[in-house]
Amino acid sequence: MAINFLYPEYEIVRKESRCIACRACENQCAHGAHEFLADKGVMTCDESKCVNCHRCVCICPTRALKIVKSGNAYKQNANWGQRTVDELYRQADSGGVLLSSMGNPQNYPVYFDKILLNASQVTNPSIDPLREPMETRCALGAKPHRIERDKKGNIKNNLPPQLKLSMPILFSAMSYGSISYNAHESLARAAQELGIYYNTGEGGLHEDFYKYGKNTVVQVASGRFGVHSGYLNAGAAVEIKMGQGAKPGIGGHLPGTKIVGDIARTRMIPEGTDAISPAPHHDIYSIEDLRQLVYSLKEATDYKLPVIVKIAAVHNITAIASGIARSGADIIAIDGFRGGTGAAPTRIRDHVGIPIELALASVDKRLRDEGIRDNVSLVVGGSIRSSADIVKAVALGADAVYIASAALLALGCHLCRSCQTGKCNWGIATQIPQLTKRLNPDIGCKRLVNLLSAWKHEIQEMMGGMGINSIEALKGNRLMLRGIGLNERELAVLGIKHAGE
Amino acid sequence: MLKEGSVRIPSGCAISGIIDTSGARFSGEAIIKSISVMRERSNGLGGGFAAYGIYPEYKDYYALHIFFDSSAVRKACEEFLERHFDIINLSKIPTHTVKEITDAPRIWRYFVTPLPTKLAASGLCEREFTSKCVFRINTQITGAYVFSSGKNMGVFKGVGYPEDIGRYFGLQNYFGYAFTAHGRYPTNTPGWWGGAHPFALLDYTVVHNGEISSYDANRRAIEPYGYTCTLQTDTEVITYIIDYLHRKKGLLMEEIASVIAAPFWETIARFNTSVQEKYEYLRTVFAGQLITGPFSIIAGFEGGLMALNDRLKLRSMVVAEKGTKTYIASEEAAIRMVEPDVENVFAPDGGEPIIVRLRGEAHGN
Repeated sequence: MAINFLYPEYEIVRKESRCIACRACENQCAHGAHEFLADKGVMTCDESKCVNCHRCVCICPTRALKIVKSGNAYKQNANWGQRTVDELYRQADSGGVLLSSMGNPQNYPVYFDKILLNASQVTNPSIDPLREPMETRCALGAKPHRIERDKKGNIKNNLPPQLKLSMPILFSAMSYGSISYNAHESLARAAQELGIYYNTGEGGLHEDFYKYGKNTVVQVASGRFGVHSGYLNAGAAVEIKMGQGAKPGIGGHLPGTKIVGDIARTRMIPEGTDAISPAPHHDIYSIEDLRQLVYSLKEATDYKLPVIVKIAAVHNITAIASGIARSGADIIAIDGFRGGTGAAPTRIRDHVGIPIELALASVDKRLRDEGIRDNVSLVVGGSIRSSADIVKAVALGADAVYIASAALLALGCHLCRSCQTGKCNWGIATQIPQLTKRLNPDIGCKRLVNLLSAWKHEIQEMMGGMGINSIEALKGNRLMLRGIGLNERELAVLGIKHAGE
Repeated sequence: MLKEGSVRIPSGCAISGIIDTSGARFSGEAIIKSISVMRERSNGLGGGFAAYGIYPEYKDYYALHIFFDSSAVRKACEEFLERHFDIINLSKIPTHTVKEITDAPRIWRYFVTPLPTKLAASGLCEREFTSKCVFRINTQITGAYVFSSGKNMGVFKGVGYPEDIGRYFGLQNYFGYAFTAHGRYPTNTPGWWGGAHPFALLDYTVVHNGEISSYDANRRAIEPYGYTCTLQTDTEVITYIIDYLHRKKGLLMEEIASVIAAPFWETIARFNTSVQEKYEYLRTVFAGQLITGPFSIIAGFEGGLMALNDRLKLRSMVVAEKGTKTYIASEEAAIRMVEPDVENVFAPDGGEPIIVRLRGEAHGN
């Protein structure tokens, strides 16, 4: 037998004095990390199978389990880090491309954490959201250039279609297939209850969820899975997915093993076939082609729905965004390089693209410089982790944010980054019935509503502290931001001053 | 120390305004008296006035009031003016010695009209042409600053208490149908005359008391439409917003009020459907022109004044009437000082515009 070069990175620690051998951990672990030794009447485990998802830790009735870093270490080397070496061993073993899931975990700068917010003192009053209205409502879409009046002089409503949100947050695209039916139901119901939107991703819209259409963004991606006239017109907006922050320049591949039952039907492909989304749209090789697709979709939806174009944040993002803003699109969604994914080549996820903070700041400025900022709204994601990130993003110039990883965390995800295994113990990124039923949509919906309600309160508190009582007065209000520990160039790109200035 | 425009300076303030809706012209004495009562709302670091109807003999010409740092700059600026305008009349603006007022720049006045050939070649309307020229002087000719550019109106301002500035310019000798005044309490200032208020573009003027929290959102929203915020003051950006919405977008003053001090969504929800649709439209289309944080402003325009508070009414403002005159001030005392027997004294609600126009004249506002 070949030597296994890899020692598990994490260790399952079981406090024997607490373990009652109830076998709940064994039962809950789809990866088979736990095992009951019947002859000895005790539990044991195999860390090499553990993905560190914490399902067993959370489920253990006696809190006998915890997972710690194993501590097994190679000889210290500042150049050849443990992860680098492990990945090399893995590839030497398999000959394959490394796959990963969720967002880029590497130690790149997180600019949101280097930006501080302002508050009012003396010269103007802060506003208490418990006493005064504190408005987080916003609308996404193009704004008309001309005011038109009827014969009586009343202003005509020539507003292009808008998405109305109770707070500047949308759930971003995650397909049915990449995540479970119950996860989709949780998102759809929460979006409806919160007055926001969720996004189908490229997996079509399950027939059960058409009733949430008013709170749904339907996506059209390069594989065109699940796209038909009824689908396009079921939603409140149509999103063309050009790229994804976790894997710019890369398509998608949902293996045939996951294309079963409803998923196959919803995607409109035979069961068991691989669902391969090409890297580019093969009808879009340039900006003028994108314009044609934008208008095709508008024709198909009778110009009643805004069209979103979603792109990954890459080096030339400002020019790309400028082109899209002139393409007829109503909303541009930009996904930063920390955005999540159900599966992506590790090297792509960890090395391609740029941080959303910088992309947002540059795009917002460029569109203003060109006088076309009103043509589009800007939605940013990848990755938004808290209400403070949202306030900073809006102050940098975003109209709203997309969240996905944060929403999955609310549903139980522990960021084990193993979605590609299809064995999500939390019932989210899996289609195995025994696993998907673990996610109760009633509870999932409630937890999502809780999370965003809490964030809304926090956004209101931060706005009130700044003396701002309406989210539109925060948008692009970069004087409310200061950098901390950033160099001149970074400050210039972000368009903010340094703390103390 | 950085000059105003390189640094943002918050201010507290006093404002006052008087208009005679009959159109009868009265002396600037009254407005000096009114603003002087609120001396302790200012700190001697800025005062000024806007006066409407004061140049009837030149009413068809733009009256440019310009500060110059030196005669060399004046020459450069005059060359620019001659290339773009017919200069009908030019002179130093008369001033009087007031011992409190020192370090005054050179202050000149030009009555001009755009050169027909230049205007035709520009493809712009007369007002847009003139405002573009004002921006060019203010951003490109260092040491020259156009602080008033409307027709039949003028701004007079400087560093000092407003009543001293008023006497310095001899405002009592000007007769107009409407005046506004401003006393400034900046938290710090390099003492630049251009930084005093009112701020003006064409015939739009604004005096403002407050510190808006939406400043940078408003600035960044208005600059793409061809405005350059050189002063980093609230008053400047509010003036541009009013100019943009009124002159370029054709909104009525009432509509402008419901953009910059928009009703809360919960208030809008209580209106009937068609009214709701209108307010929702204005808030959605002009989201970047919503102003938050404390302000009370008096906006002057040709033929009228508009007084407006922020929607929470975080700054004091009182309105009163007597005969054909309407008075607006930060404090009631500033009104009673001028007219002890005023009637209908009231404090407008937050976001409730008080728009007073000359009667019997169609001004299209």
